[in-house]
Order: sequence, then structure tokens, then C-alpha cells
Amino acid sequence: MNPWPFVIAAYALTFAGTLGLSIAAWRAMRAAEQRADSLKRDR
Amino acid sequence: MPVCRLPVTKNPRNKKSCLATEQSVAARCPFCLTPYMSNFIVHFGQLATGLGAWAGVKTMPMHAYANPARFLSIARPVTPWLFWGGLVLIVLGCACGLFLTPADYLQGQTVRILYIHVPAAWLGMGGWTGIAIAAVMQLVWRHPLAAIAGRAIAAPGALFTAICLVTGSLWGRPTWGTYWQWDGRMTSMLVLFFLYLGYIALGNASASNGNAGGVSRVTAIFGLVGAVNIPIINRSVVWWNTLHQGPSITLRGSSIDGAILWPLGLTVLGFSLWFGAIVLMRMRAILAETKVEARMQRLARG
Repeated sequence: MNPWPFVIAAYALTFAGTLGLSIAAWRAMRAAEQRADSLKRDR
Repeated sequence: MPVCRLPVTKNPRNKKSCLATEQSVAARCPFCLTPYMSNFIVHFGQLATGLGAWAGVKTMPMHAYANPARFLSIARPVTPWLFWGGLVLIVLGCACGLFLTPADYLQGQTVRILYIHVPAAWLGMGGWTGIAIAAVMQLVWRHPLAAIAGRAIAAPGALFTAICLVTGSLWGRPTWGTYWQWDGRMTSMLVLFFLYLGYIALGNASASNGNAGGVSRVTAIFGLVGAVNIPIINRSVVWWNTLHQGPSITLRGSSIDGAILWPLGLTVLGFSLWFGAIVLMRMRAILAETKVEARMQRLARG
């Protein structure tokens, strides 16, 4: 059995998960901090 | 329902919120044991604090970072360093693991999955250990950031547990001839993944319910009780001799040859730094959302 498709799938899924959570966490943080900053400016 | 109010007298600034939390827990919990468990943990904390004071241990250093503004002043510059440093080490470790190390004499090329499977397993278990530590800090010392830290750890912890399960399964097919076997290690790891899902659901449900973005005390107790699964995962390959191999890396050394093992250090460090960055990002997001929520509520009240 050729092992490379399994190795590539494992790495691809890991990178997809890592990248996906990175983007989600960064976007959530950026949006929340921008909202907090805009409220501070409006005060 | 008797509710313990001893810690409230020790913390007059939080008197109102502490009492409200205790009473709401007592009122909502369908199993009457929850407030008793919570009180037991608080009493245990008081005993620990008392013993610490008796032994001459002064203020816990963690309280220096209880102020969100002070925490943010450290978290903001540290986040990009952890994130980019982690990412560089992950890419470097994976590249070395894929292209520089030799194939195993028995497993062949599939051994390369080790460089992502092992950090994922360790961080999945480490994440729940972090949740349990945060739960103790929340329940015993009422650290204001502990509840938020617990909630922030849950998502990357669940992700790594899922990655561990999937990569292990992908390794198992060419090596064992099967994607899945209900053996001790795999089943206890799957239980950990379900525990994470339960914790995330409970945490999200309780976060906006008077808990300032953090998890509730009931969720923290769930996190603490769930920690019983961590030693079970760790010892499963010793207690039940089934399909999963025994421990390859222990405190006494490793049974893996150094020529194959070395990139694992890079990926473990890289994924750990990345994990830290994600936790800090999520904590910053929760703190900012809480700030916005509080401001909106003040505006609504006029």
C-alpha cells in the first residue's frame, strides 16, 4: 500500500485546521477590539 | 438550599456577584450536588490558602495579572511573537520531518505522521490540563481571568484532539490495516474530544449569562472532573495491552532513534507557541466583547 496519500492527507488536514483556527481567532479578536476601540472613541 | 458564603466575606469587593453566582447555581442545577461540590472546592481553597499563609507563602504571583488591563499590556506584544515564531517552527519541523529524516525500517514513510500526531496528542491533553488548572484558579482563588482562559483554551484543545484522532487513524490504515479500533488509547482520546465539545457548549451557553465572558462555576467543575481522563489516556497503553503501541517517549528517554526523532522537538515547540498565541487571541477577543457588552448595557440603562 502506497503510504504517501495517507501522509499527505494527515499534513493537509493539520495545516487546514491550524490555518482555519488562526484566521477565525484573528478575525474575532480584530473585530472585537475594533468595536471596543470605536466605543471608546465615541464616548 | 444551603449556600456557603464564607468566601464572600473574604472578598468584599465581589460580594454581590459572588452571592448571585452561588444562588443562581443552587437554583438552576438539577443535581443538588453541584453547590456542595463548589463549596467543598472553595473550602479546600481556603484551607490551601491558610496553609500557605501559615507556611510563610505570601500573595500568589498570579494575582499580579488579575487586572485585565495589565494582562492586555503583556498579551498584545507577546501574541505576534508566539504566533509567527510558532508558525516558523511548525513549517521548519514539518519540512525537516518530511524531507530530511530517513524512513523507518518497519513503518516506512508513514512514520512521518509522527511529527504532527505526537504534538497534537500532547497539546490535546495539555489543553485539558490547562482547563483544569484554570478551573481551580477560578473556583478557589476567584481569579478574574481564569474563567476566560478556560473558555479560550477549549477550541484549540479540541482542534488538536481532533487532529490527533484523524492523523492517528490515517497512520493506522497502512500500518495496522484499520482506521479505527476501540482500544484504550483511542477510545479515551475520543472521550476527551467529546469532553471538549461538552465544555465548549457549556462555556458558550454560560458566558453571556452573568459570567462576564468566562465560563460558569458549573462549567469549571465539569472541566475539573473531566481531568480524570488525562491520566487514563496517559496510562491506557500500559493498563490495556491492545493495538496502540506502548509509550515511546517517556521522562527516562525515547525508544525512537535520534535520526528520526529530532524534528519532533521543532514541531512540539512550534505547535505549543501557536497554541499559546491562539489562547491569547481568544482571551483578547472575549475581553473586548465583554467590554463592549458592558458599555452597551450602561448605555441602555441611560
